[in-house]
Amino acid sequence: MTMALGPQDLGPHAAFIVLSYAAAIAIVAVLVAWIVLDRRHLTRELGELESQGMTRRSERTGDDKT
Amino acid sequence: MPLIDLANPSRFLALASRVLPWLTAATLLAFAFGISQAYLAPDDYQQGATVKIMFLHVPAAWLGMLAWGVMSVAALGTLVWRHPLADVAAKAAAPIGAAFTLMCLVTGSLWGRPMWGTYWVWDARLTSVLVLFLMYLGVIALWRTVDDPARAARVVAVLTLVGAINIPIIKFSVEWWNTLHQPASVLRLGGSTIHPTILVPLIVMVVAFTLLFLTLHLAAMRNEILRRRVRTMQMLQADARA
Repeated sequence: MTMALGPQDLGPHAAFIVLSYAAAIAIVAVLVAWIVLDRRHLTRELGELESQGMTRRSERTGDDKT
Repeated sequence: MPLIDLANPSRFLALASRVLPWLTAATLLAFAFGISQAYLAPDDYQQGATVKIMFLHVPAAWLGMLAWGVMSVAALGTLVWRHPLADVAAKAAAPIGAAFTLMCLVTGSLWGRPMWGTYWVWDARLTSVLVLFLMYLGVIALWRTVDDPARAARVVAVLTLVGAINIPIIKFSVEWWNTLHQPASVLRLGGSTIHPTILVPLIVMVVAFTLLFLTLHLAAMRNEILRRRVRTMQMLQADARA
């Protein structure tokens, strides 16, 4: 008796399918991690500059502007 | 909010902060639905279960080209309209486009091996997509080489517009030349040749990937604006110390 192929049966080329999904997940994970870590780094750097009294030119008022 | 208001980076940041959580939720929902549909989709009568690779390969290829399209519109924004956020959008899109093009190449190779008997062949479609990936790397390198973002933006914009010629070449390569790659089967005159049981999950995955691109692009643009603020403040600090 032969069993019908179910949707979860990936057949003889299962390794290629699994590898494709693993590669896609890895690429998206790297992209997300890069964006999240970059934001964390930039927010910290901005915070440090502001704590040293630095402001952008557009945020300065009156005589402060250089 | 009028579109012109988005030219102000502070307003853009406020809007991005409001939109990003919703966009992230929509992306996750679309992927949950899309992946479940892809999992339940029947096997192809010729390709068997390897057709499941298509649910990654086609959206990745679409986004690889879409990102260059976004960069091309942004390049016009930089050169013609001098929109303050145009080069921010272009710079943020490049690594994301490169990542999706890489995904297209990797999944395509892994699909090609069991179906064609080879990971790679130097035919028109595969080679033009590889050229797109190399162009992305070139643009990213150029952004990093030129120190002043405004000057880099103009050089990159010209290169982007020249490189845009590759997008129709990729699209029509399977019609213009004899290639191992199959001809267009989704977007074609006369309608799709794919059975609805496979086409519907594919469309859902394309929507999910497009939402992912929008989310990542918006987040990367926000980072780029912050990077420029940090740069400006560091230069003011250096001036104050001098």
